[in-house]
Amino acid sequence: MQYDLIVLGSGPAGLAAAVAARGRGKTALVVGNRWQDSPLAKAEKIDNYLGLPGRTGYALLEAFQKHAEDAGVEFVVGRAISVMAWNGFSVAVGSDVYQGSALVMAPGVVRQAKFPGEPEYLGRGVSYCATCDGMNFRGRDVVVAGRTPDAPEEAAFLQRIGCRVTYTAPKRPDNLPDEIPFIAAGKVEIRGEQTVTGVVLDGTEVPCAGVFILRASLAPTDLLPALETDGGYIRVDRAMATNISGVFACGDCTGAPLQVAKGVGEGHVAGLSACEYLDKQNK
Amino acid sequence: MALQHFNEASFDQALAQPGLLVADFWAEWCGPCKMLGPVVEQLAGTYDGKAVVGKVNVDEEPELARRYGIMSIPTVIFFKDGQEIDKRIGVMPAEEFTKIIEENL
Repeated sequence: MQYDLIVLGSGPAGLAAAVAARGRGKTALVVGNRWQDSPLAKAEKIDNYLGLPGRTGYALLEAFQKHAEDAGVEFVVGRAISVMAWNGFSVAVGSDVYQGSALVMAPGVVRQAKFPGEPEYLGRGVSYCATCDGMNFRGRDVVVAGRTPDAPEEAAFLQRIGCRVTYTAPKRPDNLPDEIPFIAAGKVEIRGEQTVTGVVLDGTEVPCAGVFILRASLAPTDLLPALETDGGYIRVDRAMATNISGVFACGDCTGAPLQVAKGVGEGHVAGLSACEYLDKQNK
Repeated sequence: MALQHFNEASFDQALAQPGLLVADFWAEWCGPCKMLGPVVEQLAGTYDGKAVVGKVNVDEEPELARRYGIMSIPTVIFFKDGQEIDKRIGVMPAEEFTKIIEENL
């Protein structure tokens, strides 16, 4: 599926970018989590969004989402697990691949640090994608470290295809199937020799061959290692352009203040800059 | 030679030949693998006659996947004269693969 613009992130910045692009007649696809699962949806009161004081984060997000849908923005709910810059940009979400001519990064801030052992064993037992790699662990023990509302569904998928699943999170999710064993733990450490041999959950080692780490989003630099950052934030210019041609960034991922107003403003600029880029490409 | 689609027998046959062999382990259900597909196809064209480039569907060839300890796909393994010399796990820019091929031709 080919789009003019693919936006990674369904928060205020991403939606503003997509709406701006629609305003210029471009097709736009937003890839992100359900807006109801955004950390902003839990904000009780937002008092500094101009003209609309006192709204809840939920009410603002609902209005933003409706605006984007009415503007003809298309949506895919899910996590981008891989991005490739090659004849434009390809974005993989589970089994599906989407093509865009320009890319806007608006994933917010990835609040969770990596677990010890995670980078070393990535691809050697550590995976971010149950759909892609689950089959390689059929008949073996895997641990799912779930950090998203839909992670229990992915754990159930792994169980269904024949993995022996243990689920770990700080708190048992309500939607975790009863037949999946659960271990409450906050600290996760991955152990291995060449490949993963186990995980240490709050000090207790659980042997396993695979660890599926399911967070709200991958860090932008995991998706695009060539992306320049500054203190953990994506480096952008005034047009919200990153160091990679055709890639723009906006919202919390570019730095403080982490506010809706700033995200919307930056998203608007990023969307327009992406349109300018596209128009130049097509000349 | 154009892009090969290996089964166990044709893979072992290719492996027994001298020279460079590039094998992309993939599956239909894997988005990143589909993304890498055109890159691998291009490699097959670019190095036609210099290296054998092929794909191994891990769903259809679980024995090969097991033999090479595939835990995450896509995985691209490079063989020279039958010996594994390098491996790349996950989606990489095309240059990453051409570099390894060029160094080992």
